[in-house]
Amino acid sequence: MSILVDDDTRLCVSGITGREGTFHALNNKRYGTNVVSGVTPGKGGQDVEGVPVFDTFHAAVAETDANTAMIFVPARFAADSIVEAADAGIPTIVAITEGIPAHDELRVYTHLKRANGVRLIGPNCPGVLSPGKANVGIIPADFFKQGNVGVVSRSGTLTYQIGNELAQSGFGNSSIVGIGGDPVPGSSFVDILQLFEEDPETELIVMAGEIGGSAEEEAAEYIAEHVSKPVVAYIAGFTAPPGKTMGHAGAIVSGTSGTAQAKADALEARNVRVGRTPTEVAEIAVSTLSA
Amino acid sequence: MDLLEYQGKQLFERHGIAVPPGRPALTVDEAVDAADAIGYPCVVKAQVQIGGRGKLGGIKVAASKDEVREHAGAILGMDIKGLTVHEVWIESASEIEAEYYASIVFDRSAKAPFVMLSTKGGMDIEQVAEEDPEALATLHVDPLLGFQDFHGRRLAFDAGVDADLVRPVGAMLAKLYEAFVAEDAMLIEVNPLIVTPERQLRALDAKVTLDDNSFFRHPENAALRNPSGEDAEEQMAKERGLTYVKLDGDIGILGNGAGLVMSTLDVVAQAGGKPANFLDAGGGSKADAIVAAVEVILANKKVRAVIFNIFGGITRCDEVAKGLIEAFAQVHPDVPFVVRLDGTNDEEGRRLLSEADLPNLHVESTMLGAAKLVVELAAANSSVEAR
Repeated sequence: MSILVDDDTRLCVSGITGREGTFHALNNKRYGTNVVSGVTPGKGGQDVEGVPVFDTFHAAVAETDANTAMIFVPARFAADSIVEAADAGIPTIVAITEGIPAHDELRVYTHLKRANGVRLIGPNCPGVLSPGKANVGIIPADFFKQGNVGVVSRSGTLTYQIGNELAQSGFGNSSIVGIGGDPVPGSSFVDILQLFEEDPETELIVMAGEIGGSAEEEAAEYIAEHVSKPVVAYIAGFTAPPGKTMGHAGAIVSGTSGTAQAKADALEARNVRVGRTPTEVAEIAVSTLSA
Repeated sequence: MDLLEYQGKQLFERHGIAVPPGRPALTVDEAVDAADAIGYPCVVKAQVQIGGRGKLGGIKVAASKDEVREHAGAILGMDIKGLTVHEVWIESASEIEAEYYASIVFDRSAKAPFVMLSTKGGMDIEQVAEEDPEALATLHVDPLLGFQDFHGRRLAFDAGVDADLVRPVGAMLAKLYEAFVAEDAMLIEVNPLIVTPERQLRALDAKVTLDDNSFFRHPENAALRNPSGEDAEEQMAKERGLTYVKLDGDIGILGNGAGLVMSTLDVVAQAGGKPANFLDAGGGSKADAIVAAVEVILANKKVRAVIFNIFGGITRCDEVAKGLIEAFAQVHPDVPFVVRLDGTNDEEGRRLLSEADLPNLHVESTMLGAAKLVVELAAANSSVEAR
């Protein structure tokens, strides 16, 4: 098993005819992901190396039975593309696009929450990889193999760093989920922790958070009450000064809230072990799994 | 982006929110001209993004042309908590009968705008919340429904606003909410929101934070500048399309991906070093981006050693190595570099670096090893007082 994407994934890529969209859609296809279609308004009827392109998500779903969408269009079109995918009945939407205005994300989030059964991962995320099954997004799949560690993270490269250290110790992953670095992610740590808790293949969960917002604190509460599997956490940004956006739109310490220390404290207060470096996270995970 | 007070007030005016008449001025002469146009008495206000400027002498009332000249002369160029005043705002002096407080915050946890209203304006709202919670009314607004009349009534009644002002306060909050959404704001705060003797409401201060990601649809906001809040190197980085934050240490830091860079800062700090900056070279960094990044990092003269921490995903390590080799050829760095390349094409990247045999460049295989080495090298290089 794994979560979110697997052998049953039928992927439709919004923005498949763009440079990045084409590159990553084909990369995902080469990995073995079933890329069934793409959407670019005005380019319906064309194909990208055999993948048919449609003008609308509705047509793509009707013709190719897509059940997962990947959003690769520029920020000004991305919110619209997400709600279009949802409106066409696609239940799993992975938005890679960076730079979507926060108010747009808020409207999309609120709308999707009311449209039952639609799950959005991202935006501003590297996507989801279930090693050996499917890769939806831009995660460099070569570093990861199938295994029993679930990873959920707000950062892409930090995920690769931790995943790679685990791989070097001989451990693989059930799924790797980048929830993204924006202020209003479609899915939170809590949402993904719940999926990993329910996934029989996942035996340990690594959660990589960072400064800004309160998603890590909420995750700490949730873990204490609902997660039976061991969780190892990492928080980036202990040295970040207040009031400065650290690369990710959502990574900002506002006054005294959203600090790395407060997040680490909240997790440790709930008996979640927090590694001080990515290496230490991997070491704790390895020793827990080997015990 | 945080706006200066007057930029916030100009934004308010576009949405029909009453503010005292005023004009910005960059020089003493401009300040006098502005005061003559507005009339006396007027207020000379330092334009810096920092609280408590009044207590530090950054806000002065002027009754005459001479006083404007005197106050503007003193305030322009003044240092307020480390920020230099480059601009003043000349504003018509207001008569104040009461001071309220109003704000709208983009509440990430609740996933909804959070509106606050208090009749205890002019002071820190966190203090009001603590000492007099009854005087503070709050609610969340459904982002798909928007601000309704009842929201305004409820806030006004709950905060204990004078009966004759319940409707005007509600209308003012509705306009603030409209501005909050229309301008893609993350924060709008009016403190104080004053009541004049004529029972009119006016925004006497304006604190506005805009979402940088929305600038593609707000060219007029994208063009706003805050010269006192922008560091020279941050400005240089922005022009080159790099994500850079200046810090006060001496170890220059570059990585790819915001999380990995934050993590690198932390690991360097744990090893006993002090980061000089945050610089995310981004996904798929090409050679020219690396050259630009090296230039920005070294523009900060406090930097005594530099660490490159790259985990290649989309970013290819050979591209980073090529960029570094090019940067050394163009910039001739005079501080040691520690480079850690891992991930996509890492072996090729390390081979290129080894062949280039760059002066004072050290290749490490792990993040921790690289952090320790750069801290040692920075300490050894501390005799270099000013580069």
